[in-house]
Amino acid sequence: MHYCPGCTHMTIHKILADTIDELGIKEEAIGVAPVGCAVLIYEYFDCDMVQAPHGRAPAVATGMKSANEDNMVFTYQGDGDLASIGTAEIIHSAVRGENLTTVFVNNAIYGMTGGQMAPTTLIEQITTTTTKGRNSKDHGYPYKISEQIANLDGASYVSRQSVHNKNAIENTKRAIKKAFVAQQNKEGFSLVEILSTCPTNWGLNPKQSIEWIEKNMLPIFQTGDLKTTD
Amino acid sequence: MRRILIKGNEAIGEAAIQAGCEAYFGYPITPQNELTEYMSEKLPQYGGRFIQAESEVGAINMLLGAAASGARAMTSSSGPGISLKQEGISYMTGMELPALIVNVVRGGPGLGGIAPAQSDYFQATRGGGHGDYRVITLAPANIQEIIDLTSECFWLAELYRNPVMLYADAVLGQMMEPVNVKSDNLFSKYRTRDKLPKVWAASGQKNRSYVNKLTSLYLEPEELEKHNLKLNKKYDVIKKKEKRFEIINPGAKYFLVAYGIVSRICKLVVKNARERGLNIGLIRPISLWPFPDIAFENVMDNARSFLCVEMSMGQMIEDVKLAVDGRAQVFFYGRSGGVLPKPNDIMSVIEDKMLKGEMIET
Repeated sequence: MHYCPGCTHMTIHKILADTIDELGIKEEAIGVAPVGCAVLIYEYFDCDMVQAPHGRAPAVATGMKSANEDNMVFTYQGDGDLASIGTAEIIHSAVRGENLTTVFVNNAIYGMTGGQMAPTTLIEQITTTTTKGRNSKDHGYPYKISEQIANLDGASYVSRQSVHNKNAIENTKRAIKKAFVAQQNKEGFSLVEILSTCPTNWGLNPKQSIEWIEKNMLPIFQTGDLKTTD
Repeated sequence: MRRILIKGNEAIGEAAIQAGCEAYFGYPITPQNELTEYMSEKLPQYGGRFIQAESEVGAINMLLGAAASGARAMTSSSGPGISLKQEGISYMTGMELPALIVNVVRGGPGLGGIAPAQSDYFQATRGGGHGDYRVITLAPANIQEIIDLTSECFWLAELYRNPVMLYADAVLGQMMEPVNVKSDNLFSKYRTRDKLPKVWAASGQKNRSYVNKLTSLYLEPEELEKHNLKLNKKYDVIKKKEKRFEIINPGAKYFLVAYGIVSRICKLVVKNARERGLNIGLIRPISLWPFPDIAFENVMDNARSFLCVEMSMGQMIEDVKLAVDGRAQVFFYGRSGGVLPKPNDIMSVIEDKMLKGEMIET
């Protein structure tokens, strides 16, 4: 176990692994690991896994689907990986309508490198590169990339969820399942963004971190389905 | 056997398809666009997937994914695009993924120009991206050879689990030449070579009792060193077995050293010079990495000097000097920016440098 105490990566890992088991897709599943805290996700999953360069997971997954379109391919990416360095790859995978599923973990900060500003960092949030708090004049605005992806014709299912309480966890599980089913039905690109904690780099204890999601993240990153084919 | 006329870039595409290419990932850049266009049209007809990526970065990482899943796959580009692909190439060598990368070289640095050059030699043969790694690099000199080497590249990639680069230039990409077609309409000689079993591929567990995990991450220094030693051992085997070259007039006293399109200009110079009674030969590296230093051993007994001719400001000459190792003089003549060296200019350099103070022997 390499995640910090109070980090919700493990909760999300468990939801994802449970979903793979429940859908019975372990033998077709290939996961693509990001660069960031979740780089070692391949250690925790009992299915084929590949580690991608920073931000490139959706391109790698696209290549895997080209090799075998019947495989169930998912990427697991943080906010720096997906919404900063990998913006082109995630957007264009959705533009092409690739039958992929992306689990996008948004904790509003760069975790592994020590707490720098991420594209999803909130206004006034303190990070090691915004020590006086992020301000829009110098640092721009929090990037709601899921809303942008939901607007693309190639995206079939886009949802934002959280894991700050039991209800949120259940909603997250339903969303991930729906995303994989969309891939199974070859409906196009599917993505579930999940609001997640970073106690270490937020400078909060686990309990405070959960409260920080509720108080600060939920008003900006509102949860719910952003696009669905239902 | 019949002969058809085909353009270099299209020959790469057709040879790749005949060699069993299953996926191609490209991004437009001159002077290799005919290859991308050819694959968009033809590859899907053979059941393969063509993707025009959002960038060269996207394309190389799609290639990484396809190779990781066990497909025989390729990408192509030219200098500026190959620079963007270096990140993915480094990862692929670290993960030991086989794939074909084509560079139809144009002049640089920067945006440079679209005319032919050989100035990506360092990038191709020294690794190019970050970390301790090598990429097998083969340099054809005509379109028949483009065809043979394209399928050979796939084979070597899978044999050694390493990316392989086909290193051509804008002349070879754009020119048309006749090539041999066998009775079954094929011109690729390795069609019959089946893919090697890829027991390591992350292709979905299916009937395997084990799962495959591919990574280039080794956080423990000792583990990464072990990995690099393993890669190096593989590179040593490649150096031992895969040096390719052509020698013309091995008993000569003076040698031109050139590859790709420049070697063909040099062949003409050798022919003309021998008609004038000059005892001159040619060493043509076909594998740029591993560099065929053994070719120099074959001629060193009689060789007095070497003239390295390149369409660059002097890159391969470093390998020539390493191979010669001070045992003979090494001269250089290079043109850059898309300018081709002319036979007369090369002849002048031979006269001014190599033959200076020496009697012309007949």
